[in-house]
Amino acid sequence: MAYSDKVLDHYENPRNVGKMDDDDVNVGTGMVGAPACGDVMRLQIKVDENGVIEDAKFKTYGCGSAIASSSLLTEWVKGRSLDEATKIKNIDIAEELGLPPVKIHCSVLAEDAIKAAIEDVRQKRKG
Amino acid sequence: MQFPIYLDYSATTPVDPRVAAKMAECLTLEANFGNPASRSHMFGWKAEEAVETARRQVADLVNCDPREIVWTSGATEADNLAIKGAAHFYVKKGKHIITSKIEHKAVLDSCRQLEREGFEVTYLDPTEAGIISPEAVAAAIRPDTTLVSLMHVNNEIGVINDIAAIGKVTREHKVIFHVDAAQSTGKLDIDLEEMQVDLMSLTAHKTYGPKGIGALYVRRKPRVRIEPQMHGGGHERGMRSGTLATHQIVGMGEAFHLAKEEMHAENIRLLALRNRLLDGFKDMEEVFVNGDADLRVAGNLNISFNFVEGESLMMALRDLAVSSGSACTSASLEPSYVLRAIGLNDELAHSSLRMTIGRFTTEEEIDYTIVKVREAVGKLRELSPLWDMHKDGVDLSQVKWAAH
Repeated sequence: MAYSDKVLDHYENPRNVGKMDDDDVNVGTGMVGAPACGDVMRLQIKVDENGVIEDAKFKTYGCGSAIASSSLLTEWVKGRSLDEATKIKNIDIAEELGLPPVKIHCSVLAEDAIKAAIEDVRQKRKG
Repeated sequence: MQFPIYLDYSATTPVDPRVAAKMAECLTLEANFGNPASRSHMFGWKAEEAVETARRQVADLVNCDPREIVWTSGATEADNLAIKGAAHFYVKKGKHIITSKIEHKAVLDSCRQLEREGFEVTYLDPTEAGIISPEAVAAAIRPDTTLVSLMHVNNEIGVINDIAAIGKVTREHKVIFHVDAAQSTGKLDIDLEEMQVDLMSLTAHKTYGPKGIGALYVRRKPRVRIEPQMHGGGHERGMRSGTLATHQIVGMGEAFHLAKEEMHAENIRLLALRNRLLDGFKDMEEVFVNGDADLRVAGNLNISFNFVEGESLMMALRDLAVSSGSACTSASLEPSYVLRAIGLNDELAHSSLRMTIGRFTTEEEIDYTIVKVREAVGKLRELSPLWDMHKDGVDLSQVKWAAH
């Protein structure tokens, strides 16, 4: 399969790889996918007092497109408010990376991951 | 070193230059271009002679009578001809066929077609090592069984079935035994005088011959009958019509001749290279060899690097030509049915890499491969949340995943 230059770039130089402290009330974690399906994404965001995402980290088990989708997403969410971040759609990721139809599910997974992370931090802050 | 490094000899092999030279002698006006079926002139006679020489060379590698070799376009056609041909010919005796879950698609799909026609097929489970035992075959045979079809060597994991022992079982029960030997010629000794095999599929392009040519061995004593699947001019004693492709056939003959001459020395060299490759990963954590470690052909290494997904691994190994059982490499998004049938969980199937080495693989290439694979696995594990969890002592089988 031929990969787009953008997928290759994110795959070779993944942005924001890492792990944040899940016990921090300002950190939201979204873990989606399953090893049996061949992809698992863990996306974490750190939110400041104004509800703005100040940092994002990811780790992904999956194909190059899955890695690129999550890497791109961490770049996109930084500096956005939680409300703005919920508006990111999988199709935006797929278009930016030039994903072929068979890899669209990778971008869907990334969208699911950010939604899960936002939900997690909102729940934590309520509690 | 030349890049990319070819480590996919089980998919196909390059044509040996000595084979290509022989083939080139059968194409142009000055050369041996005639139709082997032309009986009225020198051009036909010369072509026929070349075809018969090749038939003898192929027969010699598997120790059978040249008259038992029927040319086909490859192993897929030979499988179709053997399975459908025998099932149809012996239909009055019964409509039950036995095969296994890890056969090549050419066998599985031929069996599926027969199921649509009203035949019943038993798909045997392999052991975790990937082997089909003679006992399993014996237990599955019924009074209406007419055909058993099994592979000699598995294309993904390279494991070897005991064809001689299974042949004893099938002969005892008077059941036709078809063996797909696409992956074993030139790698294992095959003696059809000793082995009680009735039909055997052969192909040239896994043994340094050209693509597009193969053969079906059809036993004469005791005589095995098949119904032709290709009708026409009655070539190959009526079993497979179609003008014989002299250059292809000559190529297969020469390739099999070279295999007979060189296979024993070659296997010693390949086994040393394979062991060197495997040793290169020995100290790594969570690395598993798929299929029996010893009962496998010298050139095959199928290995899973846990917590790393196969396609992303191959992406990091772009200067290596390898293959993976990962779903992401297939159009169906299903991981390898062979790895699943031998009991691998989906994770390990997704994490598998098949490296197959051959005649032109060098020690230098193996050493480079080891370095590259180790680097890539290390990098991807750093990226993998599963590796993190494993390192934190989380039992991944106990995690509830949101499957999608």
